[in-house]
This record gives sequence, C-alpha cells and structure tokens, in this order.
Amino acid sequence: MINNILDFEKPIVELEQKIEEMKKLDDNLDIKEEIKTLEEKINHLKKSVYENLTRWQRVQLARHPQRPYTLDYIYNMTEDFVELHGDRLFRDDKAIVGGLAKLGNEKVMIIGHQKGRDTKSNLYRNFGMPNPEGYRKALRLMKMAEKFNIPIITMLDTPGAYPGLEAEERGQAEAIARNLFEMSKMRVPIIVVIIGEGASGGALGIGVGNRVLMLENTWYSVISPESCSSILWRSWEYKEQAAEALKLTAKDLLELKIIDRIIPEPLGGAHKNQEEMAKILKEVLLEELAALKKMKPEKLVEDRIEKFGAMGVYIE
Amino acid sequence: MGWFNRKKKHIAPTTKKTVIPDGQWVKCDDCGELLHVKQLEVNSWVCLKCNHHFRIGSEEYIKILLDENSFKETEKKMRSANPLEFVDTKDYNERLKTSMKKTGLNDAVRTGIGKINGKKVAFAAMDFKFIGGSMGSVVGEKIARIIDKALENKIPLIIVSQSGGARMMEGALSLMQLAKTSARLTRLADAHIPYISILTDPTTGGTTASYAMLGDINIAEPKALIGFAGPRVIKQTIGRDLPKGFQRSEFLLEKGFVDMIVNRKELKDKISLLLDFLG
Ligand SMILES: [Zn+2]
Repeated sequence: MINNILDFEKPIVELEQKIEEMKKLDDNLDIKEEIKTLEEKINHLKKSVYENLTRWQRVQLARHPQRPYTLDYIYNMTEDFVELHGDRLFRDDKAIVGGLAKLGNEKVMIIGHQKGRDTKSNLYRNFGMPNPEGYRKALRLMKMAEKFNIPIITMLDTPGAYPGLEAEERGQAEAIARNLFEMSKMRVPIIVVIIGEGASGGALGIGVGNRVLMLENTWYSVISPESCSSILWRSWEYKEQAAEALKLTAKDLLELKIIDRIIPEPLGGAHKNQEEMAKILKEVLLEELAALKKMKPEKLVEDRIEKFGAMGVYIE
Repeated sequence: MGWFNRKKKHIAPTTKKTVIPDGQWVKCDDCGELLHVKQLEVNSWVCLKCNHHFRIGSEEYIKILLDENSFKETEKKMRSANPLEFVDTKDYNERLKTSMKKTGLNDAVRTGIGKINGKKVAFAAMDFKFIGGSMGSVVGEKIARIIDKALENKIPLIIVSQSGGARMMEGALSLMQLAKTSARLTRLADAHIPYISILTDPTTGGTTASYAMLGDINIAEPKALIGFAGPRVIKQTIGRDLPKGFQRSEFLLEKGFVDMIVNRKELKDKISLLLDFLG
C-alpha cells in the first residue's frame, strides 16, 4: 500500500495514520480532544491540497494504481452485465472491454479501456493500450447497439494506442480513423466519460459522443506530458512543464469547450471511495441519458458532427 | 509527431534545403545524382535516375495535379490563434512566425477549388515544411471547410496528406481535429461524393488516424512513410530494429491499407480515371 501513495498525499496519510493509532489508545478525554483537532487539521489540509493540485499532480491522480477502472464502474454501477468479446476479424483485445448492462432502468452498451492492477493483469490488459482489434471490437459492439437501439456509454482510460509492430501491420491508424467516422454517424445516443488517462488518438478512438464528460482528476490531450517533454524539450525531465503547457485537466478542457461537464470526485480522488464515485457517475449518466433519449436519431448524428465541428480556435 | 527527431535522420529533407547554393542543381537524396532543377520540375520532382520521389509541398502539388491556373484558393488567411499560449523551449507564437516567414505559408495546409483534366474538384494539399505538417485548429478547420465545399458544389474531394500528426502546441484542440474532419467526411459519404486520399512522405500520427485513411480510394506515393506511431517510438517499445521497408507504402499495400501506389508522374491521370468511374 505505502508505495502507492503519491508525494502530495503523504502528509495527509501520515496524519490519518496518527489518528488511527490514537484511536486505539484509551478513552482518555485529552486524547479525544487531540483527535478532534487533528481531524480538523486533516480536513483543512485535504481541501487545500486537492483544490490546488498542479496539472502534473492531476495526471498522477489519473494514473493512481488504486483508481477505479472500467470494469469497476460496470460492477459498481450496473446490473446484469454481459461481456461481449472479439472483433470477428482477428482476436479479442483485452485492453478494451465491452458489453450489455443495465444502468438503473436503462439498457446500455458500455465500452471502455481496461487497465490491470498488478504486473500479471497489466500484461493481460496490455496496460490498457489497445491494438487495432480493440477498436474494431468496440465498433462491432457499437453497431450492434445501434441496430437494437441501445444507447452507448464509453469510458476512456488509456496511456495510448499500442505503438507496436503488429499494431501497425494490422492498421492502428485505419482502425482509429474508422471509429471516428462511424461513431459520428451512430443513430443512438453516445456518452463519453474520461475516467483516467485520455492519451491522444488511442483515447479518442472510442471518444466521439453527444456528451463528453470528465472526472475531476483526469487528463485528456494530444500527447502525454512525458512524450511531449521528450520531443519538445528533448528530455524526459520536463513532464511537469509539459503538463502545464498542454492544459490537459478537466477544468482546462471545459474552458476550451472540448468537454461538457466535470464530474466531481470524492475528496482525495476516485480511489478514496470507489462506491461513492460510481454512485456519482451513475446519477450523472442517467441524467444525461434521459436528455439524449429525447433526441431523434438524425438529430443525434447532426449534433455530434456539429459538436466536434465547433472545436478549434483560429484567426480568420 | 516526431518531426523534430526525424529531421536529422535519413528521411529526405524538404527540396528547398537540398538545393545547392547557385539554386540550379539538386543532389538526389537517394542515389546522389546531380539533377538540374528545371529537369526535376518537368519530371514532377522525381529523380530521373532512381525514381526517388523528392518531398515537395502544396505549391508543387497544385502545379502537378491541377490544370494550369485552375486553382482558386480558399481560407487563405486563416492562421493559428495560439489558444493555449503554449511555450516549451520556444514560444509557439515564435515558431509560427518563423515558419510563416520561412515558408510563405500561413499554416500546414492549403485548400481550394481546381480542375483535374477539366473536371472540377475540391482540393487540399499539406506542407510538411510548416511545423512538420502538423494538424492543429487551422488544418482541421480548413479540411472541414473544403469538405463542405465539395458537398455544396457536389464535386469530388482530393486531399494530399503530408504530416507528422496532430500539433502538440494546441493540445487537446489538435486532437479534436481528428474527430472534426472524420465526422465531416460522413456527410460527403452520405451524399455519394467521392473522396480520394493521397498519402505522401510522411503521413503519420493523427493525420493518418483520421482523413488520410478514410478515402474511398487511398493512393500512396512510392516509398512514403505511412503509419500511426513513429518508427522511433515503435523501436523503443519492442526493443529491436524494425524490418526493412516497415511502414513504407509498399508495406501498407501488402497489408491492405492503401489501394495502390502510384508514381507521381502518373498521379494526375490516375485520379482523373478514378473520378471518371466514381462520378
Ligand atoms: Zn535518385
């Protein structure tokens, strides 16, 4: 556990541990007073720490090893999940999961990137980095959803599409391009949620929706801060500066009109309370779904094309 | 995205740089043959000895592919607003200014209406020499608008891609141009208007992962580097050397991602023939 604590989390965790230790002591009145003071101190500390995180610290939270992943949300938010496998062309990509589920009273198709939690499961999930067959599986499931008039929810959490030799052989670029094209014209509602890392085309490859939502401590950009640092600064050492320059947080993207809404996380981040996080997200999704379900298929398509068409800033 | 690193390697630099000081003789990047500029121009900037395709820009493609004086440029003045006020080792504003001055262009793509053997087309050609041909808000918007023009006028669309991918200095806004352009192409498809994508050296990253791969017909120039991830990144990932010819046009043809490889000298007539079939 202890090695999963981020630098800026340390003072908080230390205080929390101190309280736990003190609580084990006698029911001494002095100690109770002391505990109360400490708890107040923690709350203050937490608020000021989490309100003033740098962009790089948000990136770190987005990658927190305890953070809920797509399947955690599916298990915590939905019922009767039936996972569907394979792209019918090459194989089943474990870095993208998807299937039918019930979200409250709504039938939905949920598709998302899936990371692993330890070395073994990360190898199995390829660290959440899809190959072309992952995008093609996602597209197959979306087309099925469209056929049976089921809304689509996608969850983005990837360090990027896999930059491997076979991925290129099987057309990584074509697979992503095809998804962007096909997702644009789906005749059912699509809601996109960035739940962790939104790294470039690998994230966007399942990210074209009528609504794009971002959890509070996530990032979404054209490149990771590390890669940006290595290319522009020619060194891996400038990731903090790169994160600042890229303006990649939920707040930034709301200002840039790329996302529609920021979903608050429990204090300290989604990993501090997975159930609470899932509950918050479920409510938001149901609310958004209710609004989108009122739109006609043609309008949904039009809305998506216009929505992304409006993104960009230039001088004429 | 790797245009900074790639510059140094064996991939051909822009033609302008290779021109020998007196401005009349050029050395072939591939076979070393000394060629006269006029000779090369007549030969569509293809080496007369070894068939090497020199990297050329939008100006040359307009001359090679479109009928003489038929090109009417659109959105000529559009330029980047530097929305993130991006600064790395250099200010993005400075990069833009330098690129504009050096190339005489306002950004990495030019768009307009022209004619191919008398047939009206909507046309776009990218310029690698402008910040690595990277796609930011301007490239995305100009591509989207030329798609609209094709739709309005019911004329075919031709895009010549040449790009290192999405432009880092505009962050997520650059990324969204992939979705913007791909989404817009669905309207063209619905209207049964043909789109021919020409992939030239290099076409990588977000440009390949959007409109460059979405042609009704994808045509590559010989030996062009075409892919999603850059070769350097892939090499790092897999920890071994890449096979010869990996991510080159011939490899993409073999793997099924382009319809054909066409010599630049025959490109115009091939497009013309295809448009004859497709309408
Ligand atoms: Zn030569």
